[in-house]
Amino acid sequence: MSRFRFVSSDRRVREDRRFVVGKGRFAADVMPSGTHHVALVTSPHPAARIVVDKRAALAMPGVAYVLDGRELAAATQPLAAGLDTPQVPRRPLAVDVARYAGEWVAAVVADTRARAEDAAEHVQVIYDPLPFVLDAEEALAPTSPPVHAEHGSNVLLDRTFVWGDVEGDFAASPHRLALRVKWGRSSTVPIETFGVVASWDPWRELLDVWASIQMPKFPDQLAAALRLPGSSVRVHNDVDVGGSYGVKRGIKHAVLVGYLSRRLGLPVRLIEDRLENMQGGDAHGPERLFDVEVAFDDAGVIRSLKMQALDNVGAYAGRSPFQLGKPVGAIVGPYRIASVQYRAIAVTTNKTVQEAVRAFGQSPTNYAIERTIDEVANRLGLDRLEVRRRNLIRRDEFPYTIPSGTTYDSGDYHAVIDKVLARTGYGELIEARDRLRADGRLAGLGIAACLEPSGGNSAFEPLLNPKNTTTTWMDSCRISVDLSGAITATMHTSSSGQGHETLVGTAIGEVLEVDPDRIRVVRPDSLESLPSNSPVGSRMAIMLGGAAFHAAHKLKAKLIAIAAHDLGIPPDRAIYREGGVCDAATPERRLGWPDLVTIAHRQFHRLPPDVEPGLSVSHVMQVPTGGTLPTADGRVQMYPCFSFEFHLVLLAIDPELGRTEIARYLVGHDCGTVINPKIVRGMTMGGIAHGIGAALYEEFAHDEHGQLVTQTFMDYVMPSSHEVPPVEIVHHATPSPHTVFGQKGSGESGYLGAPAAIASAVNDALRPLGISVNRTPIKMAWLSDLIAEVKARS
Amino acid sequence: MKPAPFEYSRPADVAEACATLAADDGARVIAGGQTLVPLMAMRVARPTRLVDIGRIADLAFVRQDDSAVAIGAVTRQCVIERHPLVAARLRLLAKVLPWVGHAATRARGTIGGSLANADPAAELSLVAVTLDATLSFRDAAQAAEIAAADFFTGAMTTALPATACLTAVRFPVWGGRIGTGFHEVNARRSDFAFAAAAAQLALDPDGTCRRLAIGVGAVTEIPVRLRRAEQALIGTHPSAASMRAAVHDSIGEVETASDLHASAAYRTRAAGALALRALIDAHEEAITCAPN
Amino acid sequence: MTLLDCLRDNLGLTGAHAGCEHGVCGACTILIDGVAVRACLMFAVQADGVAITTIEGLSPGPGELSVLQDAFCETHGLQCGYCTPAMILAAHALLAANPAPTRDDIVEAISGNICRCTGYAQIVEAIALAAERMRGANVPPETARGGSP
Repeated sequence: MSRFRFVSSDRRVREDRRFVVGKGRFAADVMPSGTHHVALVTSPHPAARIVVDKRAALAMPGVAYVLDGRELAAATQPLAAGLDTPQVPRRPLAVDVARYAGEWVAAVVADTRARAEDAAEHVQVIYDPLPFVLDAEEALAPTSPPVHAEHGSNVLLDRTFVWGDVEGDFAASPHRLALRVKWGRSSTVPIETFGVVASWDPWRELLDVWASIQMPKFPDQLAAALRLPGSSVRVHNDVDVGGSYGVKRGIKHAVLVGYLSRRLGLPVRLIEDRLENMQGGDAHGPERLFDVEVAFDDAGVIRSLKMQALDNVGAYAGRSPFQLGKPVGAIVGPYRIASVQYRAIAVTTNKTVQEAVRAFGQSPTNYAIERTIDEVANRLGLDRLEVRRRNLIRRDEFPYTIPSGTTYDSGDYHAVIDKVLARTGYGELIEARDRLRADGRLAGLGIAACLEPSGGNSAFEPLLNPKNTTTTWMDSCRISVDLSGAITATMHTSSSGQGHETLVGTAIGEVLEVDPDRIRVVRPDSLESLPSNSPVGSRMAIMLGGAAFHAAHKLKAKLIAIAAHDLGIPPDRAIYREGGVCDAATPERRLGWPDLVTIAHRQFHRLPPDVEPGLSVSHVMQVPTGGTLPTADGRVQMYPCFSFEFHLVLLAIDPELGRTEIARYLVGHDCGTVINPKIVRGMTMGGIAHGIGAALYEEFAHDEHGQLVTQTFMDYVMPSSHEVPPVEIVHHATPSPHTVFGQKGSGESGYLGAPAAIASAVNDALRPLGISVNRTPIKMAWLSDLIAEVKARS
Repeated sequence: MKPAPFEYSRPADVAEACATLAADDGARVIAGGQTLVPLMAMRVARPTRLVDIGRIADLAFVRQDDSAVAIGAVTRQCVIERHPLVAARLRLLAKVLPWVGHAATRARGTIGGSLANADPAAELSLVAVTLDATLSFRDAAQAAEIAAADFFTGAMTTALPATACLTAVRFPVWGGRIGTGFHEVNARRSDFAFAAAAAQLALDPDGTCRRLAIGVGAVTEIPVRLRRAEQALIGTHPSAASMRAAVHDSIGEVETASDLHASAAYRTRAAGALALRALIDAHEEAITCAPN
Repeated sequence: MTLLDCLRDNLGLTGAHAGCEHGVCGACTILIDGVAVRACLMFAVQADGVAITTIEGLSPGPGELSVLQDAFCETHGLQCGYCTPAMILAAHALLAANPAPTRDDIVEAISGNICRCTGYAQIVEAIALAAERMRGANVPPETARGGSP
């Protein structure tokens, strides 16, 4: 019997209705009258001085304007950088120097996209190639050509944290192991590219913006770059975003069209085509080299961890280097490790800029941690699951503070594992693996135990940039009951499929004890909105759910106060039930919802003296456990809530072809109280699909000339329905003490553990051959070559 | 990704199509468009004029033609996939078609379009070479035929004159106890293949291999036959060992190349593995089947 | 212009979406004479005279969902909705040809449509659920309203 009325029940996601009939409103569907279209001119060189000659393009039919980087730079501020790197400015169009192949060097505006592309071919750019660097380790060397000459080197960030007695713990341990693993450059690549429409109204001095956006403080950053007050930028949040999973930051696109709209007095739109997106959009993600070292005892219990993460950021840096900082909040994963040394290095190279990706760096970090745990077990000849059990934080240790200062709120990792193994015995899976091996295939059982830090926080900002003292990370909800008694609630950001309207309806319905589907949820624009920080950091269930909950409680309290006053009873005798309030002493004395609405809206003479008329309330909420700056040695509470996932993957490899097949996939998932089961399951399955892609198929590859060789979907290969096997999900719930329903985040679930689990399975399959694989993606042909090489040697 | 500007013609018949092609250097034939349109979207292909032959009824057919099955160049792949004549007489083609692109591309794509496009990874090219098909074409001056072995000259290049239009492809039908096999490997099912192999085998009543064709595709610029393997096995009773040896001895002659997706060594290894699997499948099928 | 651009820009049928414009992602899928095709791989002029069904043609009436559309809502076979019209049309074409598809049939039928949100599980379940309901209701799937405006 659930303790909730609506929370956790299997309700439909109301947003689905408009999408199944094709009535979603995506950025490319917004077309104000007179809209003109942008096409981009991109650099073919990874590094070159540029001179742009737009005369021939300007003469082409339908062309309204051709914009170059110099003009745009003179009229706008550089885009906000996260780190303190003033000599690494970032702008939508290259200014005098192009720094990666695919960088935008000019923008053509025409009356159709086709004519803009025709004219883009006639923009003449003189390129004077410069030396370039592509590899992160090379970029680290002082002799490498700096991507930004004024910065002096390619190092954007190089910070080492030491938490606890790392050297002492290493000295005291009988064993140590070092491992290098590489996370290949991949991302979550939504099917909708980024698109933005901007329309400047000179009479109201107002820039209307519709964008396929998932970016905290987007209106503010846009206004700042355009040198406008925030009140002159109106971002419409009621644009449906066709998938984002972290990536759609869109700031350079928006500044570009915002400027053009003001300059031309026309609505201007940029809908990236796939080539623009893959080469120069927000499409790329972390590309990271990990060096991990652990100190452990004979039982495989790990005492200390050293990790160096070297990230190839690309030619500029926005928010993405912070993806090295967020994992600090779960740097030991779900394990009891006493001391940690963490060195985070971000370098520039002449590659496409890296943007945020689902989980903001946690998935690569989990991959590195899990590979290490497997190798510890292998070194000692112990079972990999048993070694995990010995290291996992136990239920009775929560709340548990890890060396970097973050406290994990709750969890019962062993129970999740037990539940999964109750579904299928571990021995059964080993036997199934061995049967596949007997059949002539390579086969392995992959294991991963990983955390999903959730709730969001921007503590990585002050952590990696002490000049940034941001500790506020908020979200909000407003509820109004109108004269008819209908309830309308607000949310103040765009969504990309997470079911936020359903979330808000459910939370409010739960508190007010009314049918959630009766609650309309709307999205005011940025000028009408209360503060929000976007659906990042797996935060919305916690923050938007929380804000809606608190706003609903304010409304409920107001209704109780009105009723108590009108009934002439003390408030503690007023019982709220399903929209009405009665006197506990004589329940037949009751004011129903319509009565209360009428008093609030029309009958001032019946209102309590200190209560505002009408029925509108709002709540602005700070992230739980947030609000403090890091200590001098970099300890900070990163995120408030920690979901857990445990993956078991049985995988077979055709030894000749290298083709992998997932024979069985089980995952145990604990995200606390599940608000909507359909939404959570969808997130986990989608995350696993992303993880399969990252582990086996997807990579943004460059050749030695700095050219992106994976420019289309023919080469950047994403899992289809054939590549994602059925997955058995087993649920467990350890509620969070920090949230209104005990919910934790689940927006990144599956993606956080799937790459680690698949890599673990491949390595287990290859172990009899004495090979290990320490990179992603593990591509079929490469795997086959590796196996053939070993067989040839023996 | 909008194509560069172009004109469009829809000729009523082949003669008109050829005349239009002859009149304009930059004109190109379009039928299904499944390979041409993406190239145009990326502005890699920039025809000045598209000559749409997709509705010329005379070019869409599947029919018995003596001891062969003739298929019109503009016949949709999905029609061939479902055609009873193909299922009965060209089992290899029927087996391969589900692997060509996706159902949505087979709904529009034509056999002639795929052959003329000559993508190294195209399955239909492989089948044409394996079965020694004959391609017919016309241009303003002539109607001619060319053997598949001579048609494909390089990656995305054929012997088809620039002003010509493919009209039909003719697949010889083998008699006797036939078996077929087809395997391909790709990053994902229905992607461009990294390696593909097709085999067709005919057995005499006593189990002797009377006729054999093994082709490998996607690993070289044009599909190739493993003729050495064929010669080694024709006239013998193939065994698991002899089939393995024949393929192994023959595959080294196939000159593969490395690219982003796979090394040359991989292509050779995969081609050999797939060729053997296709051959074994064909042999097993021939043993169990009734004569054609 | 491509059929996709014509549908979206000239006819205001924005349910078909551009995902790659080179024929891989399938987000542009529509039905031509009941068969699923990629609208980005056809020029509008090539579609002269054919019967086109877009997602807008599947609802029985304003505010109403077809059995298939409702099934997608029941299983939550979508999240962002961008690939959804295409998925539904591919499913519609499948069920018109095969009213009792196996799981493998369903997986194959949607294998040309990439989804980055759902991992496909709830999509496959939606199609299986719709098939089951339609078999039970004895209504041929091809009577769903079609045609261009």
